[in-house]
Amino acid sequence: MAEPRFGPGDAVRVMKAYPLGHVRTPYYIRGHTGVIERLCGSFPNPEELAQMRDGLPAQPLYRVRFMQKEVWPGYRGNPADVVEIEIYQHWLEPA
Amino acid sequence: MKDQGKYQALTYFQLMEVSLRELLVEKGLVTEQQIANAVADMRKRTPERGARVVAHAWTHQEYKARLLENGTRACEELGLDVPALKLVVVENTPQVHNVIVCTLCSCYPRMLLGIPPDWYKARNYRSRMVREPRAVLAEFGLKIPRQTRVRVHDSTADMRYMVLPMRPAGTRGWSEERLAALVTRDSMIGVALAKEPRNK
Amino acid sequence: MIQRGHHDMGGLPAGKVKRTEHDYAEWERRADALAVLMGGKGVTVDERRRHIEALPPEAYDKLSYYERWIVALTQALIQRGIITTEELARKMTQVERRG
Repeated sequence: MAEPRFGPGDAVRVMKAYPLGHVRTPYYIRGHTGVIERLCGSFPNPEELAQMRDGLPAQPLYRVRFMQKEVWPGYRGNPADVVEIEIYQHWLEPA
Repeated sequence: MKDQGKYQALTYFQLMEVSLRELLVEKGLVTEQQIANAVADMRKRTPERGARVVAHAWTHQEYKARLLENGTRACEELGLDVPALKLVVVENTPQVHNVIVCTLCSCYPRMLLGIPPDWYKARNYRSRMVREPRAVLAEFGLKIPRQTRVRVHDSTADMRYMVLPMRPAGTRGWSEERLAALVTRDSMIGVALAKEPRNK
Repeated sequence: MIQRGHHDMGGLPAGKVKRTEHDYAEWERRADALAVLMGGKGVTVDERRRHIEALPPEAYDKLSYYERWIVALTQALIQRGIITTEELARKMTQVERRG
């Protein structure tokens, strides 16, 4: 199992990368900065499972919270509105 | 295992389903009984199961705390089997409204609530709910006050989400069974509130 | 076009949500069951998702949910060698002839 690098409250940036293969980090969030809401646990890497490999060692998965007004230009709503997304550790860098 | 009723030519995809099933049975990988059991099992999984969880949480503070801490374990506590489900329950309050989407496909707490509705799996909901949740909620007839924060959960990985809707006013002293009847599937996705009691 | 998967639609402009629901047909329920049962045999949801994501965009948009599922499951089984294309062709022909 890979070691968790982040904890709740840490500011993280999603890699601005567009690789091929099966990816569970949505396009709309790449390159954006958010805050770790929690560590969900560690699970086999879905990018690898999709290729019929075992996805081990298990990778830390985080729930990351993003401010909607920072993700979408012209977002209308409460400035405190958020979107929370589960992102695997290897997609995250310290912000 | 034939479809009942009037004969209709199989579509290409129905033909594929029949063919796949027969091949897998012939190869001994599955049996017709296992398929029938799995279909029956999925039929049993309905939103009523989630409604029970909600009603129990509304009437038991400590259970609610456990539910919010570990959704799966709390479901199992009530005797609900939820194999492989990693459930996160998020609570609606006057300050925060939660809503669930899976932009990438259709992830949904199936083992608790059953099969998701068509619209949840379709383009318009999946595209727009993360970007303009308030507008989409308004289309569902739900207007969230500006001072309430909206929290959209995009289930992109292993966790599955369920909303714990707010308990409607005017339900003091109600039994869990009566309360559960107010909890709709849509309120557990977050596109609706729980139903109001009919006689206020 | 390649950089963003056709399935990866969060945030794209789209129309009003059509709140259609349909009572799932038996074949759809069986397709679901087959996917779940084959999951128990190691065919992961991740593989099936990859096959769905590999559908041509027009097919992704036009096929119904379970039509996509049955295609993806079939592709996954062929890739794993659980069934072969030839076996599938023979069986589909046989079923069609039976009516």
